Amino acid sequence: MQKITKNQLLDKAAELLDNGTVTAVLGWQKGEFDYDVTPALFENKEELFANFVWNDFCGANFSKYLIKHTRKVEGKILVFLKPCDTYSFNQLLTEHRFDREKVYAVGIPCEGMADIDKVKAIVGDGISSIDCGEKIKVTTIYADAAVEIDGKDVLEGRCESCKSKKHVAYDELLGEEGDVLDSNRFDEVARLEAMTPDERFAFWQNELSRCIRCNACRDVCPACTCEKCVFGNPKSGVENKSPANSFEEKMFHIIRAFHVAGRCTDCGECSRVCPQNIPLHLLNRKFIKDMNECYGEYQAGAEVGSRAPLVNYTTEDLEPGEVFDRRDTDA
Amino acid sequence: MQMNEHKPLIVAFCCNWCSYAGADLAGNNRLNYPAEVKIIRVPCSCRVNPMFILRAFQRGADGVIICGCHPGDCHYTSGNYYTRRRMAMLFSMLDYLGIEKERTRVEWVSAAEGAKFAATMNDFVATVTALGENKRLEDLRCKK
Repeated sequence: MQKITKNQLLDKAAELLDNGTVTAVLGWQKGEFDYDVTPALFENKEELFANFVWNDFCGANFSKYLIKHTRKVEGKILVFLKPCDTYSFNQLLTEHRFDREKVYAVGIPCEGMADIDKVKAIVGDGISSIDCGEKIKVTTIYADAAVEIDGKDVLEGRCESCKSKKHVAYDELLGEEGDVLDSNRFDEVARLEAMTPDERFAFWQNELSRCIRCNACRDVCPACTCEKCVFGNPKSGVENKSPANSFEEKMFHIIRAFHVAGRCTDCGECSRVCPQNIPLHLLNRKFIKDMNECYGEYQAGAEVGSRAPLVNYTTEDLEPGEVFDRRDTDA
Repeated sequence: MQMNEHKPLIVAFCCNWCSYAGADLAGNNRLNYPAEVKIIRVPCSCRVNPMFILRAFQRGADGVIICGCHPGDCHYTSGNYYTRRRMAMLFSMLDYLGIEKERTRVEWVSAAEGAKFAATMNDFVATVTALGENKRLEDLRCKK
């Protein structure tokens, strides 16, 4: 499904390694299965050619990895950025989380990534190999023939409502530049807003009570880059799962969403990594939608150095009560 | 008041420079406001971290009200403008999660407004009493 091929990426990486522009490459490698592709740092060409992967399961956003690796690696790091990753990249630069001089960013086009759960819903369990070309060819241990799936049928939720195919940051661009899309990403938030408070409570109780507090959403989030996290404090009483109560999950997710409000670029990594498939992006999108409606359109990471709504104010802002009324009069 | 009626627990975060003095003035003027209101003094309304509010609910509060200086009158120039944005967003989020929006409120009360302080608290306590106990954000481990 991807228009750009693995060989194009490898050629570019090899060229930059050879001419000394970069000393390491941040890319994807195969995990335990073909579909759990994980980020990896390749420090030489042998490793790169042996393990580098580019397919429809390369959803991982590398921006956050740059913080760790730019401190460790001498020289520049080559990083491949999909359009949505470039927003996180800019946001982290705004927050001075890594040195731009130590990164060589190559923008790559993305046609949307595939959701393995949707693939499994079609082919069932026991996937032995996946071959991504024009179509996704899935082989299972139970069937002789491979099943061919169109990538468009198994798109990740976040890619179905893709906000932009345009790269907002890069040193070099491979392939064609896209446009900022007119996405319908707030539709689901609006659907929830239209429910009664009881229905909303039931919806979130059902979703958030599944949370196992693995903290994967926090660990993967490019906006969550604190060295010490408030939820890492054992004295907080909410640092891990309590079997007795559903409160922690709500506390954790409300506070986490609030901490990234105004800095969240809506990359959707939180929902992608959630092992319980909780639609966590709906919390972040709620904040984005509210801030857009109350304080003017703002896209975190669209430009470096922009000031987020929650660290800014005007004397004419709406009162908290009016924020509620706004919705009541809309409905 | 009937014996079996639920007595709510209200947490009021009051700015040291205005609302806290406003509460003092209400006392000096012998204005009644319910004893269910527990005042926590903060140096500025923007000192209130969203975690404080959720923690209050967790520990059994039925309503949380934040009182600060009128916009433009902040002792620190702009603190309450930040409070206004933050609390608007946080309360909107709580509403989105199905927490009754009447349980949270922001009011601007100056040091000269003892009567407004008492009236606000009376009104807020009446609203929260009508809603009943906070069941949606409580943590049973924190209840006696």
